[in-house]
Amino acid sequence: MRTDSFLRDRLIPVGTVIAILIAVWYVAAVFLNAPFERDTAARAGTEVTFAEILPRTMAQERPVLPAPHQVIAEIWDTTVNKAVTSKRSLVYHAWITLSATLLGFGIGAALGIVLAVGIVHNRAMDRSFMPWVIASQTIPILAVAPMIIVVLNAIGISGLLPKALISTYLSFFPVVVGMVKGLRSPEAIQLDLMHTYNATPAQTFWKLRWPASMPYLFTSLKVAVAISLVGAIVGELPTGAVAGLGARLLAGSYYGQTVQIWSALFMAAALAAILVAIVGIAHTAVLRRMGARP
Amino acid sequence: MSGENNWGLILGTLVFWAAAWALNEWLVRRDFAAPLARRAARLAVPLIFGITILVLWEGLVRGFNVPSVLLPPPSMIGVRLVNSLPILAADFRQTFLKSVLTGYAMGCGLGFLVAILIDRSPFLQKGLLPLGNFVSALPVIGVAPIMVMWFGFDWQSKVAVVIIMTFFPMLVNTVEGLGAASHMERDLMRTYAASWWQTLIKLRLPAAWPFIFNALKINSTLALIGAIVAEFFGTPIVGMGFRISTEVGRMNVDMVWAEIAVAALAGSAFYGAVALIERMVTFWHPSVRGGQA
Repeated sequence: MRTDSFLRDRLIPVGTVIAILIAVWYVAAVFLNAPFERDTAARAGTEVTFAEILPRTMAQERPVLPAPHQVIAEIWDTTVNKAVTSKRSLVYHAWITLSATLLGFGIGAALGIVLAVGIVHNRAMDRSFMPWVIASQTIPILAVAPMIIVVLNAIGISGLLPKALISTYLSFFPVVVGMVKGLRSPEAIQLDLMHTYNATPAQTFWKLRWPASMPYLFTSLKVAVAISLVGAIVGELPTGAVAGLGARLLAGSYYGQTVQIWSALFMAAALAAILVAIVGIAHTAVLRRMGARP
Repeated sequence: MSGENNWGLILGTLVFWAAAWALNEWLVRRDFAAPLARRAARLAVPLIFGITILVLWEGLVRGFNVPSVLLPPPSMIGVRLVNSLPILAADFRQTFLKSVLTGYAMGCGLGFLVAILIDRSPFLQKGLLPLGNFVSALPVIGVAPIMVMWFGFDWQSKVAVVIIMTFFPMLVNTVEGLGAASHMERDLMRTYAASWWQTLIKLRLPAAWPFIFNALKINSTLALIGAIVAEFFGTPIVGMGFRISTEVGRMNVDMVWAEIAVAALAGSAFYGAVALIERMVTFWHPSVRGGQA
C-alpha cells in the first residue's frame, strides 16, 4: 500500500496551483493596468515602451487590479504600522466584524441545538417545523439584512447586536439540520439497549444521543461559522460604511480604492480560514476525548 | 406607538395558536388507514404551521399596534405585493432572469468543464480540491465591489459575481462525483475495452449525478444571494437588491417585505425545479426511491 505523504500529496500540488494563480495574477495586473499608463503617456504627449510601462503597472495608486505585493504591503501597513485602536487599522475593523460574527454564531449555535433537541423529542414540532427549516434554506436570507439593520436602528438598537442577529439567522439553520441528523444517528439497536437498561429519556439523551451527534454538530458548526462571517460583513453594508470589514469594502468601492478592497477581502478570507480551523481543531479534540481513533 | 393594545385580538390570536397546535398534535398522533388520508395529513401539518405563523404575525402586530415601519402585518405586505406587480416584475427580470440565470448557467458549466478537464491529472486535482474547499468557506461575496468596478453597474457585474460564487462548489462536487464509481465497475469497463470517453459517459457521469445535483442545489441559493448582494454595491435603478436597499432607506418596509416575498418564491421555485430534475435524472438513487412511500 502507498502511504499518503504530506509533501507529495498536499504541499507540492497545492503550492504549484497557488504559484500558477499568482503568476496569472501578475500577468493580468500588467494587462489590465497598462491602458491607464498608455493613456497618461498619450495625454502628456510622450511615447512609452512596454518596458517602461511594466514597472509602473505594479505601483499605481488606484489600479484596476492591484498586484499581489501591493495588497500585501497594504495589509502590512494597515495592521502592523497602525495603532490597533486607529480607524485606519485593519485589525480594528476585523475585530468589529469578528465580534459580531462570534456573538451571532454563539446565539445561532445555541438556538439551533435547542431547536434540534425539541424537534427530535416532539413529533408535532418535527412534522410542522422541519419542512419550513428546509424551505427557508432556499430563500435568499441575506436580502433581509439591510432591513434588519435599518429597522433595529430606527428603534434605537444599533452597533453590535443587529449584525449579530443576521449572523444568528444565517448560522442557525445549518446547526438545526445537522443536529437533528446527529441526534437521530443512533441506531435502533443502540436505543433498544438503552431501553433494556431502563434508562430515562434524559439518560438516553446525555449518554447516547448527545455523544453520537458530535461529528454532525462540528461539521455543521464549520458551515455555520463561515456563513456567520458572511452575515456580519453583509450586515455592515447598509450602516453607511462606519466600521468593519464590510464597511471597508463599501468605502473602497465608493472611492475607487481597489487596494483597500483587496486587503479587506484578504483579511476576511484569513478570518474565515482561522475560524474554520479553530472549529476543526475543537472537532478533533472532542473526538479524541471521546476515544475516536483518527 | 399610538392607541391601546387590542387585548381581544391578542387573546384570539393566542387561542388560534393553541388550537392549531392541538390540531397538529392530534394529526401526527393519529394513524390514518387510507394512504391518501395519511398523505393529506403529512401535507397538512406544515401547512397549518405556516398559516399559524401568518395569523400569529398579523394578530400580534395589529393587537400590539406595532408601527408598520417596524413590522408590517402580512395583509399589508400582500396588498403592496399585488399593487406593485409591474415594479416587482421588472426587478425580477433584471435580477433573476438576467443576472442569476446567466451567471448560474455559466458558473456551473465552467465548474463542470474544469472538473472534466482536470480529471486526467491527479496532480491538478490534488492541488485544486483543497483550494476549492477553502474558497467555499470564504466570504466570496466580497468580490462584488471589484466586479462592479470592472464590469460596470449593469447585470454583467452581477453575472461575474454569481459565476465566481457558483464555480467552486460545482468543481469540488463534480470531481468528487467522478470518483464515486467503484473499482469493480471501472474494472468491468476495462474488460469491455471501453475508452476513457465511453467510461466517462456510460459509467462515471451517471454515478456522479447525485453529487452534481447537490452542487446545483447549493448553487441555486448562492446565485440568488450573490446577485442581490452585488446590487447593494451599485446598480441601475432596477433590481431586487437595489429595491430592497433604497426602499429600506425610504422606510417603505412593506415594499421591502414584498420584494423579499418575491425573492423567497423565486428561490424556492428555482430550488424546487432543480430538485425535480434531480428526481427524474437520478431515479435510481436510494434517496429518491426511498422517498416514495
